[in-house]
Amino acid sequence: MYDAGKIIVGIVVFVVLATSPLWFNALTEATPEAPKLTLPTNGSTECVEATGYMRASHMDLLNQWREQVVRTGQRDYVSSSSGKVFDMSLSRTCMDCHSNKADFCDACHTYMAVSPYCWDCHVEPKGAN
Amino acid sequence: MGALVSLVAVAVLALLAVTAVASDNLRLVFGAVIPGVAFAVFLVGVVARVTRWARAPVPFRIPTTAGQQKSLPWIKNSELDNPSGTLGVVGRMFLEVLFFRSLFRNTKVELITDKEKVNYIGTKYLWAAAMAFHWSMLIVVFRHFRFFVEPVPRVVEIIQSLDGFFQVGVPVIYATSVLLIVSLGYLLLRRLADAKVKYISLPTDYFALYLLLGIAISGFLMRHLEKVDIVNVKAAIAGWASFQLVAPEGVGALYFIHVFLVSVLFVYFPFSKLLHAPGVFLSPTRNLANNNRAKRHVNPWNPPIVGHTYAEWEEEFHDKLVASGFVLDKE
Ligand code: HEC
Ligand code: HEC
Ligand code: HEC
Ligand code: HEM
Repeated sequence: MYDAGKIIVGIVVFVVLATSPLWFNALTEATPEAPKLTLPTNGSTECVEATGYMRASHMDLLNQWREQVVRTGQRDYVSSSSGKVFDMSLSRTCMDCHSNKADFCDACHTYMAVSPYCWDCHVEPKGAN
Repeated sequence: MGALVSLVAVAVLALLAVTAVASDNLRLVFGAVIPGVAFAVFLVGVVARVTRWARAPVPFRIPTTAGQQKSLPWIKNSELDNPSGTLGVVGRMFLEVLFFRSLFRNTKVELITDKEKVNYIGTKYLWAAAMAFHWSMLIVVFRHFRFFVEPVPRVVEIIQSLDGFFQVGVPVIYATSVLLIVSLGYLLLRRLADAKVKYISLPTDYFALYLLLGIAISGFLMRHLEKVDIVNVKAAIAGWASFQLVAPEGVGALYFIHVFLVSVLFVYFPFSKLLHAPGVFLSPTRNLANNNRAKRHVNPWNPPIVGHTYAEWEEEFHDKLVASGFVLDKE
């Protein structure tokens, strides 16, 4: 007696599962390219820190700000790239420049399936979403 | 000794990956070419291996599994441990593959010196660590789908939010990434701490553990310490899907270590003990119903049995039998 029939079914299931990202992407219309971001329209040209750092580590900065404000009450942040002073606030500073949340923060976050719970409490800029 | 050899091997592999940061060509090799080739080796290797297994005959059912087999109606049988049909087999496989039921019965020998007694007691640590490791790895790999597909399916997001339930840190520390590292650590310590287990451990046993630990730790550091630009990572991986090999921009050494160790894992898999993953589905004591008494199983490599019935014998010696006055059946 041989059980090759059943094993071949198993092999097919394995191959389909292992390559699932390939055909998943082929079946969905969405392009897997990185999202286009809408940069601030208020005339500013630089972020709080260098763009490369912001792209990968903005959550670190936010976490640091949060800790500074909530634990030490200190609200001024001196940028290490431009030397400018910023008020450490999520809604008032970040979202002041990046007022188009939907096409900036959310564009990236949806792409990477990140859903920061910060907005449970913090105010989103008006007209966003 | 084996532990050390494997540790050095994995460390050298990780250092090799660090060189990738040096030039654009090396980034391409380590960030795209090697993972692509490694995945192909994994896929073809596993399929070839299992196909080879599929060619082996399955002559007989193993009846000696724990549990009473089905026999007379008034003897209570154990359908899960000694199944008589497909349903029982499916149940037994389900519990084995998803919950490691056999390992749950793991025992340990204990010598009680003052009473001069040997004691066998159940021990669940290995089972618990194995469950923690395998399930964590499954969930971690499943969460990685956010790097591979667009749009990210809703289930992945649900798993993510459950996994990050404790909302510790920013970005959230996932329970499974911690559990993965802790359980691998236990599995490694188990081999090192117990003299008996250490004695029977081979370099390959350690290699797999170090490799997985290296992958898990580099991934964890990449998420929580040395951030990489994962938007670029996803965009580059999306290119692989359409067979455009590009390495992501804005990623550091950790990313190359992570991906290179994953590539090594892919290549190592079809040639090593890690093949127990497909292998568990082919365990003869788990996947065959014990129906030896109910069904006839013919060993496929037996030569054909040439029978000679009484009628044929009578036919062959017909004349002689008649001559000797023998009473034939036929007449
Ligand atoms: C449970 C509600 C809650 C959640 C969730 C929350 N915060 Fe806050 N956050 C607060 C409160 C309250 C303060 C204090 C406000 C103050 O003192 O001005 C604060 C202050 C801050 C500050 C500094 C002050 C300011 O105006 O922004 C930052 C930065 C911050 N939070 C970031 C975050 C980030 C990032 C997240 C998500 C990872 C987050 N918070 C999630 C309630 C919350
Ligand atoms: C003064 C206005 C300003 C403030 C305040 C500001 N940003 Fe920016 N941010 C910018 C500009 C302008 C860019 C684009 C820089 C570039 O293209 O080089 C940018 C870029 C970024 C990027 C990278 C986007 C990309 O192109 O990849 C991120 C992420 C980001 N900001 C997040 C934040 C966060 C989080 C905060 C709050 C901590 C913040 N920004 C505060 C103006 C600002
Ligand atoms: C370049 C793309 C990009 C942009 C633009 C961006 N983010 Fe993010 N953000 C990410 C990624 C990717 C992560 C998740 C990192 C991870 O999972 O390791 C993240 C994570 C976060 C987190 C941590 C959430 C968590 O629970 O893990 C916060 C808070 C956050 N972003 C805030 C913001 C805010 C506020 C803005 C807009 C001002 C913004 N981000 C814009 C890509 C981006
Ligand atoms: C080619 C395949 C892979 C790629 C491209 C990849 C890439 C990544 C990246 C970019 C991160 C950082 C996540 C973040 O910043 O949020 C990460 C994290 C991680 N990776 Fe991988 N990875 C791969 C395969 C694997 C495999 C097979 C394992 C499991 C053994 C694994 C285990 C982990 C772990 C434990 C983390 C920590 C964070 C988390 O749990 O999400 N990775 N990986």
